[in-house]
Amino acid sequence: MFSNLLSNIDGVYIYPVISMFIFLPMFIGIVIWVSRADKNYISKMENLPLENLSKNNLSEFDYENKK
Amino acid sequence: MNIEKFSYDNRIVRLFVFATVLWAIVGMLVGVIIATQLYFPALNLGLQYTTFGRLRPLHTNAVIFAFVGNAIFAGIYYSLPRLCKASMFSKALGRIHFWGWQTIIVLAAVTLVSGITTSKEYSELEWPIDILITLVWVVFGINMIGTIIKRREKHMYVAIWFYLATFITVAVLHIVNSLEIPVTLLKSYPLYAGVQDALVQWWYGHNAVAFFLTTPFLGLMYYYLPKAANRPIYSYRLSILHFWALIFIYIWAGPHHLLYTSLPDWAQSLGTVFSLMLIAPSWGGMLNGLLTLRGAWDRVRDNPILKFMVVAVTAYGMATFEGPMLSLKNVNALLHYTDWIVSHVHVGALGWNGFLSFGMLYWLVPKLFGTELYSKKLANAHFWLGTLAIVMYASSMYWAGLAQSLMWKQFTPLGILQYPNFLETVLQIVPMYIIRSVAGLIYLSGVFLLIYNLLMTAKLGTFINEEFAEAPALIKEKDSLRIGLIHRWLEKRPIQFTLLATVAILVGGFVEFVPTFLVKSNVPTIASVKPYTPLELQGRDIYIREACNSCHSQMVRPFRSETERYGEYSKAGEFVYDHPFLWGSKRTGPDLHREGGKYSNLWHYLHLENPRSMSPGSIMPPYPWLLKQDLNTSTTPKKITVMQTLGVPYEKGYENFANDDLMKQAESISDDLLNNGVIIEPQKEIIALIAYLQRLGTDIKTKNNN
Repeated sequence: MFSNLLSNIDGVYIYPVISMFIFLPMFIGIVIWVSRADKNYISKMENLPLENLSKNNLSEFDYENKK
Repeated sequence: MNIEKFSYDNRIVRLFVFATVLWAIVGMLVGVIIATQLYFPALNLGLQYTTFGRLRPLHTNAVIFAFVGNAIFAGIYYSLPRLCKASMFSKALGRIHFWGWQTIIVLAAVTLVSGITTSKEYSELEWPIDILITLVWVVFGINMIGTIIKRREKHMYVAIWFYLATFITVAVLHIVNSLEIPVTLLKSYPLYAGVQDALVQWWYGHNAVAFFLTTPFLGLMYYYLPKAANRPIYSYRLSILHFWALIFIYIWAGPHHLLYTSLPDWAQSLGTVFSLMLIAPSWGGMLNGLLTLRGAWDRVRDNPILKFMVVAVTAYGMATFEGPMLSLKNVNALLHYTDWIVSHVHVGALGWNGFLSFGMLYWLVPKLFGTELYSKKLANAHFWLGTLAIVMYASSMYWAGLAQSLMWKQFTPLGILQYPNFLETVLQIVPMYIIRSVAGLIYLSGVFLLIYNLLMTAKLGTFINEEFAEAPALIKEKDSLRIGLIHRWLEKRPIQFTLLATVAILVGGFVEFVPTFLVKSNVPTIASVKPYTPLELQGRDIYIREACNSCHSQMVRPFRSETERYGEYSKAGEFVYDHPFLWGSKRTGPDLHREGGKYSNLWHYLHLENPRSMSPGSIMPPYPWLLKQDLNTSTTPKKITVMQTLGVPYEKGYENFANDDLMKQAESISDDLLNNGVIIEPQKEIIALIAYLQRLGTDIKTKNNN
């Protein structure tokens, strides 16, 4: 039933196709970029949450050793 | 280098932590109550405010938006300024955000138990509260983006991307799904009807799971897991890849909630394909979390915080594998509408959201009070209680769901249904309902251990109001956009980043919606499908008020086991006047789409008064107040007018006569009941509800009779 009423819409099948055509290049682009990303940059980003600049922050104390 | 001094405000974090724990107790307690009601219906104490139908949305809203929501905000208000090396944009906005959000939760609780609901799952709140949510959400967004803009750290860490994606997508989802026309201050009808309404609702529902329960928690995972393990995330490259893939793909997968319904086939297939693709980015996130602990698993053994986080991430992996599997049409045919789905969401809620929140709280509170956790032993006990509860909950509901579905589908060798009485299949799984409620109670008792532990931790230390920090000012440097450095360029530009993420989520929305809206003009309006009579319309709103759709679907799927049991399968054209759609998502009771004309008015009267008089052993609560309360007919003209605005073809000026027709129909029903020995005035609410139930699905039946 639905294939009949959808065929009334011009080119409805184009929508799923468009979606793939938008997604795939974007995905491939990111894969290429990620694989070529600079090592120093990646390492800096990875360590961002672990950096500690606050004076009275106790976040770096070793949980296991204290207990 | 110019070193700047600033501070992190811990008070707002403490407020959100407090709210998280408080609402956890409320949400889970209501969960245990409704779980118990499923085998002990009298637990509503005979009150209309505490029936399963009204408490179920209270449970879901309290857990999702109150418990999980506050946990997200606590996590963000702590991690965001530290990742940005800047204090939050505005302390005042933070306070407005906090109190605004708590006000919304209280309003939600009051309106939901009063039966004021839109009936749309996870979006039940009525329009004035919807507006308030929008305002508070914008306040949160300004505060977050403001902080990011004035940051001292050049790059935005991956956690921040997830926070940003959460903010924009929830905003888009909330607005699109809440487009409704007010009838009164506390009642509205949605812009969409039937198939469109269902599609929009599950686009929302699915992405609320994605962008309220998943992306913010991935952000929290990317901050708190490395913190708790004291080592960087396994792969930052993987995090970039899975972030973009996740936010891009998630938005497409909504239609998988509507497989085998009257939704157009192509949209169903699109939902399935994208759901399967979703495994990849979801597992990317899970593996990234788990592999962070590579070579350090010995630490998990004696660190309860890491234990919570490991189980949380594992539960995320399980739930995101199960989701795509349930999107396969053959699996969906078997398990949709059953308790399997309830189990699926609770693996996510109890495991992923609950455990990650607990892990975060156990890490965070000692930091806020400059001390260490009061008792590791208690935290371990909490961990094991919670884990036991999750296993009990999941396995009992998996069993219940599968067993019941197989019973629904079982035919005798002669080709007739083996269990034609729906109730038989319910009574079979009642023991599983009992196990489930015990599991809930165990999980809840673990939270009390958490509260005690955190209170003692707070007592042990002193609260650090502000943490002082210093960092060099951010030097604005000109770097041009070069291929190969696009993402690095983007990470320095929150506005452009946000815009691109918005585009990513909108593409999916548009491709999904445009054809559906085109279909609208092409859905063959079945000639015999007529708008509801005024009495039926009022009855429908009582059906919505009592949230009958929490337990009864209105969607007969095209399977022989369903057409045999319920009647002709549901067609898209039958729902064109349904503002909102009431297809439901769970069959605790039988489907009602072909209910009209199946039983007499008398049967419905007696059944609503006391379900067990008609169906011995039924777990449906009695609705005696429907016999006592008068129907509010003052709203009829306005309701008709709003429906006309929405395109329902009532004659011009009909609103003036609507109540006359309403009375006539009500009298005919009360006369019929009188002939059968029941004296009831026509203006009682039950008359309207019976009128609606007797109308359900009869448009097509009439046509067949012709």
